[in-house]
Amino acid sequence: MIVRILGEGQFQVDDTDTTELNRLDTELETAVEDSDEAAFSAALHGLLAQVRAQGSPLPAESLAPSDLILPHQDSSMDEVRKLLTDDGLIPG
Amino acid sequence: MATKKLMKGTAARMGVMKRVSLVFKAKANKALDKMEDPRETLDYSYQRQLELLTKVRRGVADVATSRKRVELQINQLQQQANKLEDQARKALGMGREDLARAALERKASAQSQLNDLQTQYAQLQAEEEKLTVASQRLQAKVDAFRTRKETIKATYTAAEAQTRINEAFSGISEEMGDVGMAIQRAEDKTAQMQARAGAIDELMASGALDDAVGGKRDDIQNELDMMAASSDVERELSRLKGELTAGAPKQLEGGANGNSQGTQAPQGAQQRQAQGGPYAPPQAQTQPAAIPASELPPAEPQDGEG
Repeated sequence: MIVRILGEGQFQVDDTDTTELNRLDTELETAVEDSDEAAFSAALHGLLAQVRAQGSPLPAESLAPSDLILPHQDSSMDEVRKLLTDDGLIPG
Repeated sequence: MATKKLMKGTAARMGVMKRVSLVFKAKANKALDKMEDPRETLDYSYQRQLELLTKVRRGVADVATSRKRVELQINQLQQQANKLEDQARKALGMGREDLARAALERKASAQSQLNDLQTQYAQLQAEEEKLTVASQRLQAKVDAFRTRKETIKATYTAAEAQTRINEAFSGISEEMGDVGMAIQRAEDKTAQMQARAGAIDELMASGALDDAVGGKRDDIQNELDMMAASSDVERELSRLKGELTAGAPKQLEGGANGNSQGTQAPQGAQQRQAQGGPYAPPQAQTQPAAIPASELPPAEPQDGEG
C-alpha cells in the first residue's frame, strides 16, 4: 500500500504486517481525542518512524494516490485536528 | 486490502491515517465533479499545477530572503557581543570591575537574543530545504502529469478516459494539497520571523536596544574613553613632573646669580631698544634697585654698546 507522510512524500509500505502501524495509529487518534500532548508527540513520531522503516520512498514522478495519509513530522495537535475536517488545512 | 486490515475492529474509529486520506479524497472528488468534459479537467488541473509550482518557488525565495535577514541580524548581534566583551576586558584592565560587569551583563542580553535568532535561523533553513524538496517533487509530478495528459488526450475514448483521468487527477491533487499546506506553513513561519526581525531592526534603529546591546549611546564606551583620556592626562602629568624633578637640580647648579642676571640683562636691553632713547635713562635707573650694586658696573658698558 502507499502511505504519504505530508511534507515528506509517498512510501510504498509492505502491508503483510500492519499490527504495529495500527497500534500506533490508534494511539495517535486516542491522544488527539484526549488532548494528550505528550502521548500525541510520541505516537506521531513512532508512527512516522514505522512507516519509514517499513516502506521505501516512491519515485517523485509517481502519480498514484495514497491509501493512507499521515500528518507531517512537526504537526501540532491542533493542526492534526484541523486536518481531520473537510474544510481544515488542506487547500483546494 | 491493507486498508481493510487497518480498519478491522475499528468501525467507529478508523485511525488518523485513514481519516486524513479520506479528507484528501473528498477534496479531489469535489474538484473533479465540477468538471463536465474530462479533457477540460486535465487542462484546468495542469494550469493549477503550474500556478502552484510558481507559488512554491516563490515560497522558497521568500524563506531564503527571510533567512538572509536573520543572518544579517545574527552578524550584527555577534559584533555587539564581541565588542562588549572587549569593553569588559578593557574595563577590567583599568581596574573597573563595575564597568566590566555592566558590559558583560549587556553581552549576556545580546547573547540570549543571538541564541534565539540562531534557533529561528535553523528553523528557516529547515523550512527552506523542505520547500525546495517539495518543489522538486511537484515539478517531477507535473512533468509526469503533462505526459499522461497528452497520452490520454491522444487516445481519448470517453469510456476509459474517465478512470485514467481520475487516477492521475487524484494523485496530483493529493500532492498539490500537500505542497499547498507546506507553502502555507512556510508562509506562516516566514511572517512570524519577518515580524520579529522587523521589530529587532526597529529597536536597533530607534536606539532603544542600545542600552541593552551597546550602540550609538554607548555609555560604557564613553566611560572607557574618558578613563583612557584621563589616564593619558595623568601619564603626561607624571612625565612632566618627572622632567621637572630631573631637570631642576641642573638649573640650580648652574648658579642662581649668574643665570638670573644673564636672562634679565638682555631683556632690559630689548625693552630699551623697543621703547626708544628717551625712556632709556629711567629704565637704567630702575634696574639697579633689583640687581645687587656690585653687578651694576659691568651692565653699564653693555647698555652703551647696544
